[in-house]
Amino acid sequence: MSIFEYAPAPESRSIVDIKGSYGLFVNGEFTDGHGTPFKTVNPATEEVLAEVAEADASDVDAAVKAARKAYDKVWGPMPGRERAKYLYRIARILQERAREISVLETIDNGKPIKESRDVDVPTAAAFFFYYAGWADKLEHSGYGSTPLGVAGQVIPWNFPLLMLAWKIAPALACGNTVVLKPAETTPLTALLFAEICQQADLPLGVVNIITGAGATGETLVGHPGIDKVAFTGSTGVGKAIARTVAGSNKKVTLELGGKAANIVFDDAPMDQAVEGIVNGIFFNQGHVCCAGSRLLVQESVADEVLERLKRRMSTLRLGDPLDKNTDVGAINSAAQLARIHELSDIGEAEGAGRWSPECELPANGFWFPPTVFTGVSQAHRIAREEIFGPVLSVLTFRTPSEAVEKANNTPYGLSAGIWTDKGSRILDIAGRLRAGVVWANTFNKFDPTSPFGGYKESGYGREGGRHGLAAYLKGADA
Amino acid sequence: MSSRIDVRKTYKLFIGGAFPRSESGYSYVVNDHKGAFVANAALASRKDARDALGAARKAQAGWAGRAAYNRAQILYRVAEVMEDRRPQFVQAVQQSEGLSGSKAERVVDEAVDRWVWYAGWADKLAQVVGNANPVAGPFFNLSTPEPTGVVAVLAPERSSLLGLVSVLAPVIVSGNTAVLVSSYSRPLPAVNLAEVLATSDVPGGVVNVLTGKAATVAPWLAAHMDVNAIDLTGVAGDAALATDLEVAAADNLKRVRRAPAAEPDWSAEPGLEPMTAFLETKTVWHPMGV
Repeated sequence: MSIFEYAPAPESRSIVDIKGSYGLFVNGEFTDGHGTPFKTVNPATEEVLAEVAEADASDVDAAVKAARKAYDKVWGPMPGRERAKYLYRIARILQERAREISVLETIDNGKPIKESRDVDVPTAAAFFFYYAGWADKLEHSGYGSTPLGVAGQVIPWNFPLLMLAWKIAPALACGNTVVLKPAETTPLTALLFAEICQQADLPLGVVNIITGAGATGETLVGHPGIDKVAFTGSTGVGKAIARTVAGSNKKVTLELGGKAANIVFDDAPMDQAVEGIVNGIFFNQGHVCCAGSRLLVQESVADEVLERLKRRMSTLRLGDPLDKNTDVGAINSAAQLARIHELSDIGEAEGAGRWSPECELPANGFWFPPTVFTGVSQAHRIAREEIFGPVLSVLTFRTPSEAVEKANNTPYGLSAGIWTDKGSRILDIAGRLRAGVVWANTFNKFDPTSPFGGYKESGYGREGGRHGLAAYLKGADA
Repeated sequence: MSSRIDVRKTYKLFIGGAFPRSESGYSYVVNDHKGAFVANAALASRKDARDALGAARKAQAGWAGRAAYNRAQILYRVAEVMEDRRPQFVQAVQQSEGLSGSKAERVVDEAVDRWVWYAGWADKLAQVVGNANPVAGPFFNLSTPEPTGVVAVLAPERSSLLGLVSVLAPVIVSGNTAVLVSSYSRPLPAVNLAEVLATSDVPGGVVNVLTGKAATVAPWLAAHMDVNAIDLTGVAGDAALATDLEVAAADNLKRVRRAPAAEPDWSAEPGLEPMTAFLETKTVWHPMGV
């Protein structure tokens, strides 16, 4: 515990108006779903927030038809410069309503308000702003300017609004219309986004939001009326999607799991490296596909790094996500918490050393303390499987080549980190790592202008930047 | 008076820079377009495919690690040697595809020219498909293309040389290595090309050529966990097989270049897609400031 106690500094939730129940957003209006409604809860308190409609096959069909009509009649034929203005409008409304959206995101997701306020919402707005500018410049992209048609998009619960922006902004900029399914545990900001589309007077059917769980997503992905599947989520589901779309003409991009190596060399700037390690694995409770979940530290500095890391972890504040001083919020769901417990217990059973700072967990809600495992070998399951929680596995290495070999010894290839003062080493190691994003002397940085995506079983395609357009244009592949 | 008996050639596989017979001991009869016997070609087996993949994996890092300038020169050297053996290719294409002499010559010219075209891409691809990204913050941020790794290539069935070159060159020019299954009914130009590759400074294992049936070899390639991507062009028109291969490829999320409904017009300008389908984009961030 730190020497000074902080007084509680909770953000007011009065700015958010959560309705008792929510429908689907199809063809510009909210409609009842024909499936069995489900409840979304605040993972920090287990309070039921709202009842949300479930889209069944007929609802998915209606949404795809609405999107097709909007594509054929309105959005496809619309000049790019007009499409651009709608996207700019959406970006501006996201900025104008930023406080409201971040509070709602934190309540529904469990992430600290300082992250939703300073990262998720501004970056989501930035994505719309960036891609708005592409809408009338596609012929300069190198990918042509022919849209695919209707995009079916399925997004995860770790960055509900941000992932929505990553999917919808480039799709609309390229002239496609969309049917998007948010995760069943975090649907509320997507439904608020539907209201934003109404506020922006976006033509009916251009954006459709359908809520539901895995079955709804499967129905959407398998629907013959869509031309494109974009998915962010687990590698297991990504493989299932790849099987589903086999033999079809649907274009697919997949952003899947990761088990990133964060490599610390003996000459690393130590304070920054420790901050980077913490940011790499404890940001967003470790619910990050590119989280630096494997720390590879050079043997000669391993003790020092660990000591500093533990000291830093002891100052992390876990608790009320709406508190402005909270660093670590709630685990998103009971199911995810159970998964983190299971893998951590396996880590212990397989002989790794487990450590967490002293940390009082709230009585209600889903919580897991920041945890570090030492003495981890490459064979340990906690070094191989994605935990998707605030759990760090520490391995050591002696030579740069050993670091590269261990870093690449995974079926995943989404991201990696390098910490060293030596520029030539950074460039050498960055070139040898099989990962789509390499952060050198920094970690977990995102920007709409910067392509993001994986090698190997972390999926295919890139989101963000000029490369992100390729996913939504005909004949493009990058 | 006795006339001279010609010396016939045994057509073999091309694996790791060597020309082995099929491990299985099987061969199959290759006829010309009129149905007359031409040769016995090696019938590649699952084990041959595995050996070829091993050779391709072994060669990949070294090939990708060469300077782009060097890869460009080696590919250009292939074109030089192809040109040098032009009569042989013309004869093989004529025999395989039943084209007239002048048509076969045009096809060979086009194939050599295409190889030259791809050779030039080796040191330009990164400039055309890479990016400096102006991120909002004090960071240096660069996206560059990298080869995806080992690529299985099913060469087109009909276009035995131009089609073959059009699917092979774009795979290796960026630093991938390839295991290629040639046209089943028209495999001889592929073996001739392999002989050119073997004498053109292409490192052993960068290209491996299997003559045989896509329907029997391709499922092993598609399901193999150490293959990074597969080009299904060769099963154009066979939607059922193409779908099966795509499903098998999902097991390790291979990059798939899908089979077209029909074999494309190979005389058309290829564009970037045959190359970009087998690239990864890597984005490197570094803070900026003193």
